[in-house]
Amino acid sequence: MTTLSNTPDKLQSSSASRTRCYGMMAEFATPGEIMKAAEKVRAAGYRWWDCHTPFPVHGLDNAMGISPTILPVFVFFAGLTGTMIAFGLQAFTNATDWSIWAFVWVTGYPFLISGKPLLSVPAFIPVMFELTILLSALTTFGLMFLLNGLPRLHHPLFTSNRFLRASDDRFFIVIEARDPRFRRQATRDFLEGLSPIAVEEVLDT
Amino acid sequence: MSSIPVGKGIPVDHVVDNTAEHPGERAPLVLNMHEFNDVTTTVCRVAESRRVPMAWYVAFVFSLGLLGFLGFCIAYLFATGVGVWGLNNPVMWAFDITNFVFWVGIGHAGTLISAILFLFRQKWRTGINRFAEAMTIFAVICAGIFPGIHVGRVWVIYWVFPIPNQMEMWPQFRSPLLWDVFAVSTYFTVSLLFWYTGMVPDLATLRDRARGKIRQIGYGLFALGWRGSNRHWHRYERAYLLLAALSTPLVLSVHSVVSFDFAVSQLPGWHTTIFPPYFVAGAIFSGFAMVVTLAVPARELFGLKDLITLRHLDNMNKIILVTGSMVGYAYSIEFFIAWYSGAMYEKFAFLNRAFGQYWWAYFIMVSCNVITPQLFWFKRIRTSIWGMFILSLIVNIGMWFERFVIIVSSLANDFLPTSWDVFIPTWVDIGTMIGSFGLFMTLFLLFCRYLPMIAMAEVKAVMPEADPHHDDHASDAKDEEGGANS
Repeated sequence: MTTLSNTPDKLQSSSASRTRCYGMMAEFATPGEIMKAAEKVRAAGYRWWDCHTPFPVHGLDNAMGISPTILPVFVFFAGLTGTMIAFGLQAFTNATDWSIWAFVWVTGYPFLISGKPLLSVPAFIPVMFELTILLSALTTFGLMFLLNGLPRLHHPLFTSNRFLRASDDRFFIVIEARDPRFRRQATRDFLEGLSPIAVEEVLDT
Repeated sequence: MSSIPVGKGIPVDHVVDNTAEHPGERAPLVLNMHEFNDVTTTVCRVAESRRVPMAWYVAFVFSLGLLGFLGFCIAYLFATGVGVWGLNNPVMWAFDITNFVFWVGIGHAGTLISAILFLFRQKWRTGINRFAEAMTIFAVICAGIFPGIHVGRVWVIYWVFPIPNQMEMWPQFRSPLLWDVFAVSTYFTVSLLFWYTGMVPDLATLRDRARGKIRQIGYGLFALGWRGSNRHWHRYERAYLLLAALSTPLVLSVHSVVSFDFAVSQLPGWHTTIFPPYFVAGAIFSGFAMVVTLAVPARELFGLKDLITLRHLDNMNKIILVTGSMVGYAYSIEFFIAWYSGAMYEKFAFLNRAFGQYWWAYFIMVSCNVITPQLFWFKRIRTSIWGMFILSLIVNIGMWFERFVIIVSSLANDFLPTSWDVFIPTWVDIGTMIGSFGLFMTLFLLFCRYLPMIAMAEVKAVMPEADPHHDDHASDAKDEEGGANS
């Protein structure tokens, strides 16, 4: 998606009030209603819009046309990195006498114990497995929130009292003002045509 | 207030007993609730109310006392040395490692519920996964204490990690004890991430409902600014699936690695190939017993009976029955293999385990783990609150003794009769064990009080009303309404 700058006519319309308009929000009561509404918003050609629901609504991704996330690809490579780090760590520390610089100079120690082979790959498997899982899980967790643009302390939507129920039992569609098709009145009329409980303008504070 | 139309499908209000099986119909997972707000209110009420049941305070003060005693026992141990425990020359591991294995095992049920049942699409997990995962984390914290304090020179415990030290030596990576360090710390980290990821949307709910400034900021910070965006939910669900897929092999590996601590050694009674699967089954067995032990009072005290229904408990009791039988099977196979191996030391180790100086511990183990759980074949007992509560306590006791029997009876009577000895616990041994329960209960009670005890977002998502097509064909085909599929 390309970055869209505000067109002059829209700036004019949104600067009617002193604070800028963030977007137009419509409230729905059931998953079924927001699903039908989302299909219509998508069909109307809006691109900077979102649904806010208290739980993931099955099928809403398709209705909104969200493309699959790239997250698993990163997680795969993170896991692979973990495997290699673990092998390298164990082989270096227990089977070599090399000196390498890893923030400080460290030297391997060929550790002969119970006559076990120095480079004992089967014995290295458990730690390789654990570090694979560890790095994958850390990446999954961290990257999911980063890709979502979280954590963040504030968001314009949090200024709406109505929106408090988005984490409880109500379903919201928000069309952002930066969408090229956004016109304050026209978008409001469009959302009202989707038979919501209410439509509200959200200000960008 | 809410305008969610009530489905004309199953008349949920009439279902008080949802443990009955009706072919073609899915039993409801949430009783007496049709609106999402009911779930929110029921769960948040616990964290929001100013007044807590008296029983909570009593339990909290008691647990805090035990926790203080744990601190005292550990301080005494550090000041004096491991000689304050009843260890002797052949029995160098006893209560410390027994407690470690016991607590790690308890944790497994939480991960099984959150990860494996998720992959198997067992929707009933949503009612119990949050506090089962919390239980996992607190149990692993308790477990982590024991290897940490049993080493004698606790100030050099960092030697277990590959950190450059003054001796220019490294940990020995071909030792199962070191694998254990990595397995348990990875397990703790991943369980914590999984638990927290699941909790973020619910923390957002608490944030949005919070009245005071402190609560708003507190829950707000930990909710990370979650606003239920569907573009976020999309990545969230994928991340959740990935974490479940990563935790599944992890949970099976952790207790396998714990069992390697024993199985890789040469000691008769420890040196058996059946240990990894047998330990994992035992871990799930004891963990589910602990979930039942905690769930029964929690749902009574905090009014969660419509969310943690009798069906949830019934299902868990079935898992206890299955895993208990697996454990019993493992006990008998151990004996068979000891005889079949023809090795005299192996044969002696097992006969000695059952009839030697620790016969009483073996007797407790078998009667608690193999015999009494068989009562769960009867539905009357599976669905009886007192029946399951008492049985779950018995299983907890039995599984503690299982680890004691494996560790101590094998060590006390090994190859050479002249080196045999008997382990007798001291008051510090017993105090540290009981104290660890204090730590566990303190953390759990704090969790119950301040965090969402039930995964609200997940429970809402499995309600029939959450199906976008719920309104379309509420009048036809009852069985298409989402519900339990267990």
